[in-house]
Amino acid sequence: MLLIYCPHCLEHREEEEFSYGGEAHIARPLNPEALSDEQWADYLFFRKNPRGIHHEMWYHAIGCRRYFNATRNTVTYEILETYKVGTQPQITGADV
Amino acid sequence: MKRYSGFSLLKNALSYHENWQKVWRNPTPKKDYDVIIVGGGGHGLATAYYLAKVHGITNVAVVEKGYLGGGNTARNTTIIRSNYLWDEAAQLYELSLKLWEGLSQELNYNVMFSQRGVLNLGHNLQDMRDIERRVNANRLNGIDGEVVTPQRIKEIAPLINISPDSRYPILGASWQPRGGTARHDAVAWGYARGADALGVDMIQQTEVIGIRRKGGAVVGVETSNGFIGARKVACVAAGSSGVVAAMAGLRLPVESRPLQALVSEPIKPCLDTVVMSNAVHGYISQSDKGDLVIGAGVDSYNGYGQRGSLHVIEHTVQAICELFPAFSRVRMNRQWGGIVDTCPDACPIISKTSVQGLYFNCGWGTGGFKATPGSGYVFADTVANDRPHPLAKAFNLDRFNTGALIDEHGAAGVAH
Repeated sequence: MLLIYCPHCLEHREEEEFSYGGEAHIARPLNPEALSDEQWADYLFFRKNPRGIHHEMWYHAIGCRRYFNATRNTVTYEILETYKVGTQPQITGADV
Repeated sequence: MKRYSGFSLLKNALSYHENWQKVWRNPTPKKDYDVIIVGGGGHGLATAYYLAKVHGITNVAVVEKGYLGGGNTARNTTIIRSNYLWDEAAQLYELSLKLWEGLSQELNYNVMFSQRGVLNLGHNLQDMRDIERRVNANRLNGIDGEVVTPQRIKEIAPLINISPDSRYPILGASWQPRGGTARHDAVAWGYARGADALGVDMIQQTEVIGIRRKGGAVVGVETSNGFIGARKVACVAAGSSGVVAAMAGLRLPVESRPLQALVSEPIKPCLDTVVMSNAVHGYISQSDKGDLVIGAGVDSYNGYGQRGSLHVIEHTVQAICELFPAFSRVRMNRQWGGIVDTCPDACPIISKTSVQGLYFNCGWGTGGFKATPGSGYVFADTVANDRPHPLAKAFNLDRFNTGALIDEHGAAGVAH
């Protein structure tokens, strides 16, 4: 059971209040029709899926109902930070 | 390889069972191999076996970072069925089921394959429509299956609660009598023994840490025990597939997540079939030892930690108690997680890659065990001939570019 700090509610809440939103910082292509099939597939399906530091989206479904990002270690499951959408993580893979 | 038989059992009894032949050798790796298989789980060992047996390629090594069959092969709930919706998937899983039916004889190793039947329950009208559709699709593909009523379900599994007053009443089910279970460890051991006897080297406690390439082609793997050369490298690394792919500069459309299961204390025989429910989400069977083997869901988030969140098994146990009220008093013994590599369309990837001589068999997600023989069979063919086996063609990595996905989210046991 993860305890996740919601940067909007400013408190730790249990994992069951949240739902997972997948890898963060993936921008929707502005001109999808200009992309090749490979580029579009990359946007739709291909993810980093790292063993280690992962930046990912979470949704506080039974709370403020807002999205935010988290930096989490996918081996230890430790959540190193949470931060609002639109901001950049303080911790990146190189730091750990 | 000395064959197992009633006679060999008697003969070895005379020497107090102290002189049984080792099940496989523990060789030092050669300098290079025709094929290196990365990952010594069921699928990897089956691939090695069929490479040697069907294609005569015996200069093969299986490189495993832990011990043989110690990953998801040891962690699944051993359910076998082939009632998938789409032709491509149904044919692949049915090939597998047919191989299961002769596997103990083929390997001279008892994999304890038990065709006790599989029920997939429906709890609402849409479930039942989906079940009707899937059973009809199965029958058109020559796969056994029927839609059964709650009364028939009660006959098959007498402890089940078919009361119309329950919160999610059982309205019917699909029933595949040829489905069942097998002994998961025995499958890995049987394939390993068979492959070893044909000359395949099992290299355990050796982790692949790099894939060496030269001019766009594979030349071997870097391991924790040094470099081993190979003309072809076949990766069957389940949850770690993405990590292995990154070693070759490739990306895969898979995400690795923990899938949990749990077993109860052993109890007297009370459930001689497999019961699955997608809607309330749980699946259960009873092992020969007497434990209730219960499958849970995947965690929603990516992870490599081989453990899962408690609330996931809590929901599963709620579902099981709803289906089988009598089991509410059974105590649970152990719980664990395995890392499954889930694909966007809940179907595997059996494919060549953009690197010459590098092949991937992954993305089996939450339902790979049942496919072990078929997966190994078509993958060995793909690797041996450097072109997709006819049944593997649809499971090419390229399907994510073309959009020809095979959506098996409905027939896959676990939602993800």
